[in-house]
Amino acid sequence: MSADIIQAMDLQKHFDGGDIKALNGVNASVKKGEVVVVIGPSGSGKSTFLRCLNLLEVPTGGKVLFEGVDITDKKADINLHRQKMGMVFQHFNLFPHMTILRNMTLAPMKLLKKSQADAEAKAKALLERVGLSDRANAYPSQLSGGQKQRIAIVRALCMDPEVMLFDEPTSALDPEMVGEVLEVMKELAKEGMTMVVVTHEMGFAREMADRVIFMAEGKIVEEGTPEEIFMAPKQPRTRDFLAKVL
Amino acid sequence: MRPSASQSWPLEAPDWILNGPEWLNDLGYDFYKSFVFDNRYQMYIKGLGNTLLLTLLALLIGVALGVVISLIRVSWDKNHTEMQGPGKFFLGFFNALAKVYLTVIRGTPAVVQLMIMYFVIFASSRNKVMVAALSFGINSGAYVAEIIRGGIMSIDTGQMEAGRSLGFGYVATMRYIILPQAFKAVLPTLANEFIVLLKETAVAGYVGLTDVTYAGNIIGGNCYDYLFPLLMSALIYLILVMFFTFLVGKLERRLRSSER
Ligand SMILES: Nc1ncnc2c1ncn2[C@@H]1O[C@H](COP(=O)(O)OP(=O)(O)O)[C@@H](O)[C@H]1O
Ligand SMILES: [Mg+2]
Repeated sequence: MSADIIQAMDLQKHFDGGDIKALNGVNASVKKGEVVVVIGPSGSGKSTFLRCLNLLEVPTGGKVLFEGVDITDKKADINLHRQKMGMVFQHFNLFPHMTILRNMTLAPMKLLKKSQADAEAKAKALLERVGLSDRANAYPSQLSGGQKQRIAIVRALCMDPEVMLFDEPTSALDPEMVGEVLEVMKELAKEGMTMVVVTHEMGFAREMADRVIFMAEGKIVEEGTPEEIFMAPKQPRTRDFLAKVL
Repeated sequence: MRPSASQSWPLEAPDWILNGPEWLNDLGYDFYKSFVFDNRYQMYIKGLGNTLLLTLLALLIGVALGVVISLIRVSWDKNHTEMQGPGKFFLGFFNALAKVYLTVIRGTPAVVQLMIMYFVIFASSRNKVMVAALSFGINSGAYVAEIIRGGIMSIDTGQMEAGRSLGFGYVATMRYIILPQAFKAVLPTLANEFIVLLKETAVAGYVGLTDVTYAGNIIGGNCYDYLFPLLMSALIYLILVMFFTFLVGKLERRLRSSER
């Protein structure tokens, strides 16, 4: 057995009866504690790949192993596996009808059967860490975008996940708020959290990634360390892309 | 004594009408026979009570039914391509049933449904209010179902994804995350459904239930003069509708300000 926490094997995802091939045979693995950053042009299948890892998109072919278990198997209880895979979305997706505290305690209380006191203690400790203790009783609509995304991150952390999946967590933010969210993600990475991050923040990729995956047209074109990808890309398509974004 | 007037007054008119100003005599007499004589005003009160009770019960039944029907429809539309086995069979069966219900209920007049309910299905029951409430509730449920379905579909898909990504199942995500938001979104529309229902129950007299309309109808028949009794029925509805419309407006403003 390898130390791979996630293994994607020949992932295929076709939409509209095969007309759109969003993923076309993707093989990738993520080791425990690793930070993997996925880059690539818009429409290349980055989100689809990430969403296949926790089965928000059900792949039309291939397998996803999580902690060695095939979660694409019909018999697998996907809800249980998802509890250990936190996800952060581009548009935050906080629950607007609940306070911040309730956003964070709902899943631990209902799914992990934590007591309210335990769930709130954990939530408050996490709020403290991201500097938002004073917003515990606010509603999402009272927060700025950067605050919302920091809450979305700690909401996922309340479930004590093994892996965190990020889908362009800073793309919907005003530029001045990008930093505060990246800061939280960097801290998380330094603490050893396993992370798969789809992003256009090349600075973050360079600084934090253990491995960078470049995708185009539903395939992994190239992968390697940030040095390999950013300093010496082998594929022409990788070079083209980097020339445009750097 | 004014003979012209007394000839058209089959009832003994009380002194307070005879002694009043002349121009008020006929009006006063009409008022007297429509509301005072034989304690007829009590019938409007009874009618008012029945109309309100009937509307409220029907709405409760309608909402309960509407939630169930809309959930079946939404779950089927959302999940049937990925489902299999007995779960798919049952959901498909209930979805088909829901469609038949929606088609039949919305395709036939409420008053015919009421008569079938009272004279055929519950022919042995004499509890008019309960039978009528059930009938109007089943009728209303078809409309409430579509209102709630619209509310559920108005919620951003990211909410379902966020719930599922935390580990909640489809049903739990619906319960804790989608439905509370959908309800809030359609609350003013549901309150309006109450007002619509209030007027729609006016056909309850077809099964002899004394509601506001039937009270006016009976009294009009008893006095051989429908003007005052039916105006009274209309006035009661108007006041109720204006009052509830005012409440719905308040509710809408409250909801809007809580959106922050
Ligand atoms: N639900 C969907 N239905 C149809 N096509 C989709 C859907 N989701 C994504 N796609 C298509 O799949 C391709 C990959 O999309 P996506 O994974 O979102 O790319 P990226 O995140 O890299 O921008 C695109 O062509 C997109 O239009
Ligand atoms: Mg994307």
